[in-house]
Amino acid sequence: MRFVDEYRDPAAARALVARITDMAGDDHLKFMEVCGGHTHTIYRHGIEHVLPANVELVHGPGCPVCVIPMGRVDDAIAVASTPGVIFTSFGDMMRVPGGDGNLLEAKARGADVRFVYSPLDALRIALDHPEREVVFFAVGFETTAPSTALTLLRARAQGVTNFSVFCNHVTIVPPIKAILDSPDLRLDGFLGPGHVSTVVGNRPYRFVPEQYGKPLVTAGFEPLDILAAIAMLLDQLRQGRCEVENQYSRVVRDEGNPRALAVLAEVFELRPHFEWRGLGFISQSALRLRPEFAPWDAELRYEVPGVRVADPKACQCGEVLKGVIKPWECKVFGTACTPATPIGTCMVSSEGACAAYYNFGRLHREVSVALSR
Amino acid sequence: MTQVDRAAPGHREGAVLDRIEAFRRRRPRLDDDVITSAHGAGGKASAALVDAVFLDAFGNDHLAPLPDAATLTLPSGERLAFSTDSFVVKPWRFPGGSIGHLAVHGTVNDLAVSGARPAWLSAAFVLEEGFPVTELRAVVADMAEAAHAAEVAIVTGDTKVVDRGAADGLYIATAGIGVVPAGRSLGAPGVRPGDVVLVSGTIADHGMAVMLARGDLALEADIRSDTAPLGALVEVLLSAAPSTRWLRDPTRGGLGTVCNELARDTDLAVVLDESAIPVVPQVTGACDLLGIDPLYVANEGKFVAVVPPDEAEAALAAMRAHPIGAAAARVGEVMADPAGIVVLRTGFGGTRIVDMLVGDPLPRIC
Repeated sequence: MRFVDEYRDPAAARALVARITDMAGDDHLKFMEVCGGHTHTIYRHGIEHVLPANVELVHGPGCPVCVIPMGRVDDAIAVASTPGVIFTSFGDMMRVPGGDGNLLEAKARGADVRFVYSPLDALRIALDHPEREVVFFAVGFETTAPSTALTLLRARAQGVTNFSVFCNHVTIVPPIKAILDSPDLRLDGFLGPGHVSTVVGNRPYRFVPEQYGKPLVTAGFEPLDILAAIAMLLDQLRQGRCEVENQYSRVVRDEGNPRALAVLAEVFELRPHFEWRGLGFISQSALRLRPEFAPWDAELRYEVPGVRVADPKACQCGEVLKGVIKPWECKVFGTACTPATPIGTCMVSSEGACAAYYNFGRLHREVSVALSR
Repeated sequence: MTQVDRAAPGHREGAVLDRIEAFRRRRPRLDDDVITSAHGAGGKASAALVDAVFLDAFGNDHLAPLPDAATLTLPSGERLAFSTDSFVVKPWRFPGGSIGHLAVHGTVNDLAVSGARPAWLSAAFVLEEGFPVTELRAVVADMAEAAHAAEVAIVTGDTKVVDRGAADGLYIATAGIGVVPAGRSLGAPGVRPGDVVLVSGTIADHGMAVMLARGDLALEADIRSDTAPLGALVEVLLSAAPSTRWLRDPTRGGLGTVCNELARDTDLAVVLDESAIPVVPQVTGACDLLGIDPLYVANEGKFVAVVPPDEAEAALAAMRAHPIGAAAARVGEVMADPAGIVVLRTGFGGTRIVDMLVGDPLPRIC
């Protein structure tokens, strides 16, 4: 894995940290990483404590599992519990609590719930079990939506009728806008999401510098990518620039992936509104299947409760998702809410800020610095 | 070690961390009404189940420390180690071995890492109606081969057949007895700050080999299970490093889990160096692709040893001279602080916690 080692080189990291420390000076700066993948990298590699204390990373809403509201999980469990159904899901969604338990518990009670790595695996299960109905629990931003779209195109082309999709795909720009409009947050810039941008490109983010006056640098997922993107944000601030830049140019093109975007447009349309966990209803922020794909739309094929379930009172996932509080500032963090007993979604997904902090980051800065070499 | 002034302003986060640490040390609670796959994954849910159901009912001095094998003293003063394990892996055959090899290695290795010389095994089979006899013969031949190589005899057994659908083909349970040579004493009480943590070879081979052999992931890589008997290598280690403090085989739950058990049982810190942990490149690649941390992936032919610093080099040299210890490495050290916690120095120069695993996205691997 030399390809990866290149982006984890400690000497290069030290040089970047020195540059960041120098440029930051005495200012307290806050940058939001939008993407849960970045949050995971930051804690998994111990980046938070490598950075100077006055350069703070605030975790954003880009964890696809974390933003799914409880009511949708209940809907998924209702579909999964329908006799004859094989319900397929990404592993991360299995432990997300709904109003009454999670998919793993539904499985233990007899529902046929299986985890897959790709919607194509779910379609293959449908082909292997023509006597059963197979449903795929589609979640994710524009990163995973194209693979769902391709799977639906293939299902239609092959005339697979025992397959459907419970669509919960969301889009990246509306939550960024919601955060910028939120009055209780002061940010100095954004680390733009890497994987989503491979599909949508960098152009959709131009409103961030143009309308809100904040710089944004699209970043990759290795530790040095994160540090390099932070240095680029600081460069912009120190040079008085404010624009969208691309640190992840080895993967992300400004125009994105036109073929993937075309497939998305062919299969999906925007929902008028969709509930986001912690952020509430955001208009035009999620995708649903176009009417031509109604035969593969699980929401039309199954009775689901469709009830809005309020988050538990103690849960502060919403504030964590918006970056208003740090995971450890939540009242139930680490005591009532742990990865083994999650109350909120942020504690479930490995990309959730709370789980990442709990699993990897629970170290005093002083201890961490003393142990680093 | 750095002392943290937790009362100082700006240490609100530190206070929260301390509260969490106190909370983590409480006995795990079983909150579930039904068994889920997480209870079999070797992490927190497994610990809660064992504590609340089995320890609660069976509790005695031998069982309480939950060793891989119980050490029993005979009236003559001689000591036996006694262990049991069951095997439900699917598929039965995978690159590098089969359920038959595992059924022998799993039990003899639990005996070996408790300091015993494995001697006798029992084998019980639960067979599903319709299971092909040729398959059974092949699995049993693997067991015979593995027992021969491990120098143990399978001396008693049992067979049960259940209705089609009541089992997944074939389950095997083995129990084993070994003899503990006089003077050997391994265990958490002997571990001191400054001691060195060794692993006997590359980690995560078995779990990844089985995962890929299932064929669900449409991923192909040349990864072989490391399933092997450890008795001979344990003897090599104990000759070269007679003051060896502690030994474990990092099976289900992997290196990360056994280091957590070490930190918990000693109330010391285990500090691992990511770049020193041997992992086959294909395994690193497959883990990266699947988002799996090799620290938590099962091994079936490796041990983790804690040795005093002045015996570490001799131990490593001796292990590396043995065929299954060639990739043995010094992967970390025991420190006083932060007590009860496993910390990883990341390859990139940061630090992070390695916690007990919670859920388990992995399929059955042993």
